[in-house]
Amino acid sequence: MHIRPRQSERHTLSVTVANEPGILARIAGLFAGRGYNIESLTVAEVTEDETVSRITIATSGPPAVIEQIIAHLDRLPPVHKVTDLTATAPYVERELALVKVTGTGDHRIEALRLAEVYRARVVDATISSFIFEVTGGPEKIDKFLELMREVGLIEVARTGVAAIARGNQVI
Amino acid sequence: MADERTGADILIETLRDLGVEVVFGYPGGAVLPIYDALFKQAERPDAIRHILVRQEGGAAHAAEGYARSTGKCGVVLVTSGPGATNAVTGITDALMDSIPMLVITGQVATPLIGSDAFQECDTVGITRHCTKHNYLVKDPAELEGVIREAFAIATGGRPGPVLIDLPKDVQVAAAISRPSPTAHRYNPQREPDPALIETAVEMLAAAERPIFYTGGGIINAGPEASDALRDLQALTGAPVTSTLMGLGAFPASAPEWLGMLGMHGTYEANHAMNRADLIVALGARFDDRVTGRLDAFAPHARKIHVDIDRSSINKIVRAELGIVGDVGLVMRAMARLWRERGHQRQDLSAWFARIEEWRAKRCLDFPLSPTEIMPQQAIRRLYEATKHRAPIITTEVGQHQMWSAQHFHFEAPNKWLTSGGLGTMGYGLPAAIGAQVGNPDALVIDIAGEASIQMNIQELGTASQYELPVKIFILNNEYMGMVRQWQDLTYQGRHSHSYSDSLPDFVKLAEAYGWKGIRIDDPAALDDGIAAMLDYPGPVIVDCRVAKLANCFPMIPSGAAHTDMILQAAEVSGEMTDEARALV
Repeated sequence: MHIRPRQSERHTLSVTVANEPGILARIAGLFAGRGYNIESLTVAEVTEDETVSRITIATSGPPAVIEQIIAHLDRLPPVHKVTDLTATAPYVERELALVKVTGTGDHRIEALRLAEVYRARVVDATISSFIFEVTGGPEKIDKFLELMREVGLIEVARTGVAAIARGNQVI
Repeated sequence: MADERTGADILIETLRDLGVEVVFGYPGGAVLPIYDALFKQAERPDAIRHILVRQEGGAAHAAEGYARSTGKCGVVLVTSGPGATNAVTGITDALMDSIPMLVITGQVATPLIGSDAFQECDTVGITRHCTKHNYLVKDPAELEGVIREAFAIATGGRPGPVLIDLPKDVQVAAAISRPSPTAHRYNPQREPDPALIETAVEMLAAAERPIFYTGGGIINAGPEASDALRDLQALTGAPVTSTLMGLGAFPASAPEWLGMLGMHGTYEANHAMNRADLIVALGARFDDRVTGRLDAFAPHARKIHVDIDRSSINKIVRAELGIVGDVGLVMRAMARLWRERGHQRQDLSAWFARIEEWRAKRCLDFPLSPTEIMPQQAIRRLYEATKHRAPIITTEVGQHQMWSAQHFHFEAPNKWLTSGGLGTMGYGLPAAIGAQVGNPDALVIDIAGEASIQMNIQELGTASQYELPVKIFILNNEYMGMVRQWQDLTYQGRHSHSYSDSLPDFVKLAEAYGWKGIRIDDPAALDDGIAAMLDYPGPVIVDCRVAKLANCFPMIPSGAAHTDMILQAAEVSGEMTDEARALV
């Protein structure tokens, strides 16, 4: 039996790593060097123990490729643990986006109305522009941007996802 | 303070404490403190010996040869900038072939890092992709912990190169060593899951046409792993084939030995893989030179894949059963359970009868000539003349390498050193030097091509300096033979730039370095020439002039199935498709 590309799946991986210089370059380089897809990659110190960082990687590929990504990450010496949240647990995933929209008149009112529906907060406003702050799953943000494009979206900054398993389990 | 030591002293003392006996290196501005520390300890009975190579690439390959032939970790010491970049090929070679290696590079002083200082380069950045791990150490107090961790990573699990970049100010600063605060456990899984062993044994016991497909991982797992393979084979009776890197793990004289498989493997090995109903892959990684066309690879076989590197399993070929662990321990566990269960050998006579039919093709036969030395003949005569001495053979890369793999036979591991994964021309001579340093009493021969040998020819001086009696046996056909062979096969004989023009007189070159030079150009003089090489106590270059246009067969053209082997030149026809060309 041979490995063939199959339907691409999106997986969210949580990776705990030693907080040492170059680890992010090493992980990003692993993806680039082997041709794996990165949808987003976020990193921060998240525990009392400042020697450990948590990296959240959203990636996509056929199941065999996801399996390889996990195996390759797992064998990097600074990597402590790799958890495939998509495969192992129900989890919550959130992303933050800052969205700049310009417009006047009806466009402006429509932008505010849509923002309310999506629970986006206005964090900056001028006579002809707004900056909205919106959080949610990547799909919600995609949808919000799609709507805002209609009413005057000119610039977006997104953080990439942070994800954590539901319930009382700790990875 | 009494127990304050400089970074350079900490480095040397820690290496000595780890049992390092030899360092292969080349000095430069950014490692002068380390060289001074080496100098100051040279009179100690347990001093680290330094072998001065002629170019840093030679240091890395010599360390590989040392490691591969002794089972120890090879250690390399080079300066910053060009010293580090010259070593990159050897480091990559060690990564591809899983060779344990510790590389110490000098770096400009920490305040100068990032300023484009003289001989500065981002060594950690450059080597991130060709090391198993690497470090930039900025605090001498952390150095000892880093070295110990680096050594453990280089030698543990799937072995590989680990690099420590050491700024010059860290080498001279004094510090009290403290354990690394970032120390984490590097703990690859060695013991296999017993449930998987149980499944593997049952699959093996039920197979009618089993085959062991063995690789360099068995050599890396130490001589005990080769013993375990022999034991497991004896219990099951299954035939054995191996990759280029696995030669010697199973004795070539055993009747169940099929020879190497893959692109230049034997007819019997490739056909047996194709018809097998169970493949037990042991420390092998389904390299493309082995599998050929993937959708035609072993179509009837279930696969058990044993590897210490989890990422090798299901990377190229999906295994019904993947076992992560030390291959020696896995085979031992399988043999133990086989005995406990009271399994008998399956009756494999029908399977071996088919194998004998394939063997009857005598795929390694070649025509002899009364006037020209055939390269295969040269290797066979060299083998016959040396086999009682169990020589260590290194090679460069190309036709001579494949002919050596086909016609030189190995009974024991750690005797065959070749650049498999990266295919590095220029590997053989420095690797032979490293092997001779590690095995002073062994007969070490670099089988080379006239093109490959020139890639690191400067290392002749290293062998002279340390009185290392290595032999270089050049199969000189005046072509980059494998390039020319592919041009014959895929570009209708358009030999674009594959002719080795303006060759040196290798005999005079040998003499210039204080070596003995011998030229052989007549088949009738072949044995005498080899004997003269072996009788001479010092280093020798043999310039063996062989048939210019001989090609290496059998061969599976890339993009073809295992059963589509070309056995001789007459079967080569037509121009390849672009797709097949891309796969060569």
